[in-house]
Order: sequence, then structure tokens, then C-alpha cells
Amino acid sequence: MGQQALNGVFVGSIYALFAVGYTLVFGVLDILNLAHQAVFMLAAFAALLLVADAHLPLWAAMPLAVLFAGLLGILLERLAFRPLRGRADSNISGLISSLAMGTVFEAIALQIFGPDTSRFPHGTFPDRLIRIGGASASLLQLCIIAISVVLMALLTLLLARTRLGRQIRAVAESPRAARILGVNVDRVIAAAFFISSSLGGAAGVLFALAFNSISPDVGRSVELKGLAVIILGGMGSIPGAVIAGFALGLIEVFTVAGFGSSYRDAVSFAVLFVVLLARPRGLLGQAAAREA
Amino acid sequence: MTLALQSVSRSFGGVRAVEDATFTVEKGEVHGLIGPNGAGKTTLVNLISGLLQPTQGEIALEGQRIDRLPAHRIAARGVARTYQNIRLFAGLSAAGNVVVGEHLRRRAPLWPRLLLLPSARREERAAAQTALEALARVGLRERAGTAAANLSYGEQRRVEIARALASQPRVLLLDEPTAGMNPNEARNVARLVREVAREGRAVLLIEHNVRLVMELCDRITVLNFGRVIARGGPAEVTKDPAVITAYLGEAE
Amino acid sequence: MDLFLAYQSLIAFVGINGLLALSVYATLCCGQLSLANAGFMAIGAYTGALITQHARGVPFVAVLAASALLPAIIAVPLGLPVLRLRGVFLAIATIGFGEMVRLFFVNWDYTNGALGLVAIPQRTHLWTIFLALAGALYLLGRLRGSRAGYALEAIREDETAARTMGIDTTAHKLAMFVLGAAIAGVAGALEAHLTFMVAPSGYGFGRVVDMLVQAVVGGTAAFFGPVIGAAFLTVLPEVLREAGARLGFAPGPFRLFLNGAILLVVILFLPNGLVSLLRRRRAA
Ligand SMILES: Nc1ncnc2c1ncn2[C@@H]1O[C@H](COP(=O)(O)OP(=O)(O)OP(=O)(O)O)[C@@H](O)[C@H]1O
Ligand SMILES: [Mg+2]
Repeated sequence: MGQQALNGVFVGSIYALFAVGYTLVFGVLDILNLAHQAVFMLAAFAALLLVADAHLPLWAAMPLAVLFAGLLGILLERLAFRPLRGRADSNISGLISSLAMGTVFEAIALQIFGPDTSRFPHGTFPDRLIRIGGASASLLQLCIIAISVVLMALLTLLLARTRLGRQIRAVAESPRAARILGVNVDRVIAAAFFISSSLGGAAGVLFALAFNSISPDVGRSVELKGLAVIILGGMGSIPGAVIAGFALGLIEVFTVAGFGSSYRDAVSFAVLFVVLLARPRGLLGQAAAREA
Repeated sequence: MTLALQSVSRSFGGVRAVEDATFTVEKGEVHGLIGPNGAGKTTLVNLISGLLQPTQGEIALEGQRIDRLPAHRIAARGVARTYQNIRLFAGLSAAGNVVVGEHLRRRAPLWPRLLLLPSARREERAAAQTALEALARVGLRERAGTAAANLSYGEQRRVEIARALASQPRVLLLDEPTAGMNPNEARNVARLVREVAREGRAVLLIEHNVRLVMELCDRITVLNFGRVIARGGPAEVTKDPAVITAYLGEAE
Repeated sequence: MDLFLAYQSLIAFVGINGLLALSVYATLCCGQLSLANAGFMAIGAYTGALITQHARGVPFVAVLAASALLPAIIAVPLGLPVLRLRGVFLAIATIGFGEMVRLFFVNWDYTNGALGLVAIPQRTHLWTIFLALAGALYLLGRLRGSRAGYALEAIREDETAARTMGIDTTAHKLAMFVLGAAIAGVAGALEAHLTFMVAPSGYGFGRVVDMLVQAVVGGTAAFFGPVIGAAFLTVLPEVLREAGARLGFAPGPFRLFLNGAILLVVILFLPNGLVSLLRRRRAA
């Protein structure tokens, strides 16, 4: 029981970290960034390259990979989102152009690394088991949970306390009003993409470490989980995504324990469906837009 | 009695946009609905056309309640409207917009078209013809092929009116039809509104241009903060102290 | 002979992908981004394959009809709640449906789970594919200019205004959703009886993305646009394969890269797709 809960929190922390970045961009732009999963995947590969080929220690490779992911986010925004701004159907065309960028990223990874699973070299992270009460966890798992929580706390602080955070919230509320107040909207959106993609990249590196396997399509399954999380949490809501991420992790683990592993993935879609149909705003989402 | 509202209220969260509104709009009548900004006029039109549901009260059309029907069913009962912030189908031509407006009058099933029957062609031509006539009525026959997005502001408003009339409605709801028009265009719209009422339709007209309202309307209902503060003929309403303070209060 | 066979299968896939792109177009043309069609395709493919394997005497037309019907029937109770959702929410819900269908087949022992069904008799011919494609094109083409066609365009442009014109938007959207499901189901059955096999991995999220990409690249302003997109994106990687190989690209990533890059270029510079090039040419 305690062991299951611990595992659920562990998986949930990665889902939450992934989804927080996802939902941040949605909150600011009302666009679903379907390239988020590709950034997640490329960051994992970047960390792998830095550790395996450049022989950097993990504590140095990880921040570099995260920085790389952030830069990918800026590239993504410039190529796939900024040109569409102001177009009438920008939330659908933005979804499609992000899909295009995600596909290009995936093709690049597939070309460089091939379709097979890559792994970190042995001993990248010390395996040590730690006992907490009746449950046991690896040091790696605990570090992953800690890093995710710290990153999400930092994001929350950044949004609540800093000037950039206030500006991001202003743009999310109304880009036009923000512009009138003197906010450089383009710069703020680029910053939001940098932050979002960095977090997605961090989630990718942690995921790769946790399961020690990376392939060009790792992002796909996490992407679908991420969708369930942001729907459950309410589109655009950061605290919602955090809570929902942990909730989904726990639900999954207990479903596997109760019904077998073939239901693990089905449960997130069941959650997604039920929430969309019963409460489209999610747990903490904002009210729907006005009609006429 | 054509359109009857009985104690209709609607609030958004804490905002009481419309409160306890009771009035009727009769066949052949131009009924003015005026009031300061934010008085709840557009909300009332949204309630009648079914885009919003009242939180309280009843709306009836010729004795039958319509306030719980979906918007397309209300339209089918004969309620047509225009929008304060124009909502044309931007990608369609002016004529295309009017053809959509004729939707309720066309009964053609799809299969004659699929089987290439001549009746389908005939029907199509008839629809295009009626659309042209409707556009001629608002003085836009030459603009029939122009994409709605490329029309001038005043032209777009007139296409909206033609589109609403294309369904031959019993009740026509006009939400500020002359906003942004030049005086000449506005005069033509006023003439059209008169004509439409004379055909036996009921017209509810929201209008900020006081002169136009006084000239055109048989009766006027005045809203302020969602409540009806005065009603009656143009002469009575202009003399009503509550109306004067409402408008002066706004000016201050 | 080998060459002919290679081209024959390429041509067959142009047709099947054309049908799939049209199935996405069916909802796209009334402004709804639905991504359920890989799921409907899977249902159609499995239905067809199971009938063929277990009831050998059934004529292929009847098999195809069943493969259209079952997804269409499922689309009704799915579409009613889901089509109330707008924009990306509809997309997300339908992605969820597609994945649930895939997971269902992965976990269904009767159809060998993840391995799927093999050795399905080949019953699809080029002419069957192109007859089905012609039928779908005819239907969608005749829709334009009809009362229903105008209603669909109105819904795409402004759903709220369409409702106040008396258009039953739910019924229209549902009809197109069901039509799309039926077309996808037929395409699935045709593919199953062409490639001898069905497996859940063929109906993942990537598959519906392919359909969407082809429809958008071709252009959804004209009913034949999606077919042009499908033809273009099916043939182009084959044509350029030599050049890609010389540059050191493997065929898989190369096709993926072309898909993504072309989609990006089209959405940025040709929002109405390749068909708008034809139009421009004609206007000039
Ligand atoms: N969908 C909605 N959600 C929340 N509040 C609304 C909504 N629609 C209207 N309101 C509020 O209801 C009140 C009445 O608005 P309404 O648009 O009906 O006024 P109006 O009389 O048409 O004003 P105007 O002359 O400016 O067009 C306003 O306070 C408005 O903010
Ligand atoms: Mg108004």
C-alpha cells in the first residue's frame, strides 16, 4: 500500500512536471503545443549524448540538457507559433503547426539515434535503495520526486512573485490589455515557451533516467498522459496540473495493482473522457468564454 | 400578441444583466428597446433568440413558451436576429450569407442532388434568385458576389438584415442595426424597418440614435441596469423623469 | 514486373490515404477537428478481417458495408456528447477515443492482442479502392451548394450565428462525424484486405496525424483537396527516396521529416493548402 503510493507519487511527479509546461503555454496562448513531447524526447537524448559521449557527470549534463530544451522552445515559438499570431483560426492552425514541428524533431531523432531504445551507461547514477516506513525507494526515485517538486515550486514562485511572472499572467488574461499596459507581449510569450520547454525537457531527462530507456517515440505516451493531466487539472491551471499529475500517477499505480497492467494506459483515457464530458473546465479551470 | 416576455431575469454570477423584464411586441409593430450602455439590451436579445436561457421568467411566441428551446428551434418558430458586433459568415459571399438565412425555408433533401435530378438544379436556382432579391431590398444587389469580409461596415450590417429577413421571420430582432452607418444608409434602413413591420412582422429595435427611435417606433421600452424603467409611446417616454435621469446620469 | 508491382501498391495507397484524408475532411469542413478516425479505421479493418476469415462466403461488398456500418453506429453515441466540445477539447477527446480503441485491440485475445490478425485473404483490387474513393468524392462534392452544404459552411464560419439561422448544428456535425467514421472504416477494411494483416500498432496516434497532415496540406477549402494532399504526400517520399538515401537519410525518418516540413510550410504560407495554387493559377 505504502509502496504503491510511493510509486504513484514518483510517476505522478514526472507527469506533473511535463503537464505544467504544457498547460503554461495553453494558458498564455490558448494553443495546444503538440511539439512538447518532442522537446521532452530531444532533451533526454541531449542528456544521453552529454553523459555517454561527452563524459560529463550527470549533475552537469542535466542543466545543459534543460537549457537546450528551453532554446528549442524559443525556436518552436519563432517558427511555428509567432507567424500564425492574429490569424482567425490560430488555435487550430497552431495545433497543426506544432504537430509539424514535433514531427520534424522526431524525424531528426530517428535519423540520428535510430528507432531502437538507447540507455545511459552503467553507473550514471548510483543505485541505492532507501527504506521509508514499510516501503522502499531507490535514491534515484527520491531525487526525481525532489527535483520535480522543486522545479514546480520555483515556477509557482516565479509566476507569483517576479515581474516576468506578473507579465505572463497579464498576457494570459488578455494580450491586448497587456500590450496597452506596456508589456512586450512577444518577449513574454517567448519567455513562457522557454520556461515551458525547459520544464518539459527536465521531465524528459528525469523520465529517461527513471526508466533508463530513450527512443524517438518516448514522448508519445507521455504526451497522451499529459493531455489527461491538463484536462483533469483544468486547461491553463498550473496548480491544477500539479495536483492532477500526482492524482493520475496514483490512479494508474492503483489500477495496475487492482486490475492488471493492461489497464494502466486505458485509465488515463477514461479519466480524460469522463472529465471532458462531465466537467470540461477540469478541477481548477476558469469559466467558459462568453457567447454572443 | 406575438412575442411576450413575462418577468424575465438573467444574471451572470453576481451581475443582474436583466431583471424582471415584462413587455410584449405585437405584429406590425416597431418596438424600440433603449437604455444606456450595459443596460441589458443585448442580453435580452440573446435570451429571446435562445443563445442564453433566462434564470427566471417566461418568453412566449404566440402563446407558446420558447424559453427552453434550443436556438435553432426558436429560429424555426420564426425569430430572426442581427448582431450588434456583426457576425456574418466571413468566408461566404454576400449572397451565400443570405442563402444560409434561407435555410429554414428550403426543404430540399440531399438525394435529388446526389441523383442529379433536375428538381435539385431548379431549387438551387430559385434559392439564388431569392437571395438576390433579398439583397436588392437592402440595396446590395451588385455586391452579391463579394466576400462578406470585403464589404464595408455599413454594407455588412445590411447583409445581416437581408440574411435575417431571408427566413421570412415573424419576429425580427435588430441589435443596433445602424451603428457605424452614415446618415444616408441609416435612413434607408429606417425605411426598410417600417416596411418590414407593415408586412405584419413584429420588430424589436435596439438603437442608440434617439431621433431614429422617435421617428420609427410605435412603442418604446426603456431599460436601465437590467430593469424596465419606462414604457409607452415616444412622446411619453421622452418626458419620463426616470428616463431623463438615467440618460443624464450616464452623461455625467 | 517488380517495378509494376511496386507502383501498384503505391497507387493503391494513394487511394486508401485519399479516403482517410477525406474522412478527416468530413468533420474539418464544418470546423470540427476530430482525431478519432484512426480508431474508426481500426474498427472497420478488424470488422472486415474477421468477417472474411470466419464467413468465407460473404461477398466483399457486404464486408465493406459492415466495415462502414459498425464505425458509423459507434460514432453516434460517441459524437453526441463529444461534439459539444469546442476546438482543442474536441481534438483531445477524440485522441482519447482513438487510443482507447487501440488499447482495446491490444488487450483483446480473440484478435491476438498486439500481434493482430494475419493471413487475411487479399480481396482488395485497385478498382475497388478507386471506386470507393470516387463514391466518397461524389458524395462530398455534391454536398457543396446544397442546403446542407451551406449549413456546414455556416457552422465552420460561426457556429453560434448558424444556430440562430435555424441550423441544427448538432445534427449536422453529427452527420459529418458519422460519415467520416464510415469512410475511415471502409478505408481500414480495404487496407486490411490489401496488406493481408491488421495490428493495433497500425492505428495509433501517428496514423490519424498522417490523415490530418494530408488533408491540411491538400487544403480543406475544396472537397478534392484532401485527396490531392494524400497523393502528394504518398508519392513524394517515394520519388525523393533516392535523393534522400544519397544524402544519408533512412526512408522512415525521411518520410516523417518531409511530412512535418511540408506541413509546416503549407500552414505558414499556404493556409488553404495546395489547392489554392490551382485556384491562383486559374485566376491569373
Ligand atoms: N455572457 C456574459 N457573461 C457575463 N456578463 C455578461 C454577459 N453578457 C452580458 N454581461 C453583462 O451584462 C450586462 C448587460 O450587458 P448587455 O450587453 O446586455 O448591455 P447592452 O444594453 O447591450 O449594452 P450596449 O449598449 O453597450 O450594447 C453588462 O454588465 C455585461 O457586462
Ligand atoms: Mg448591446
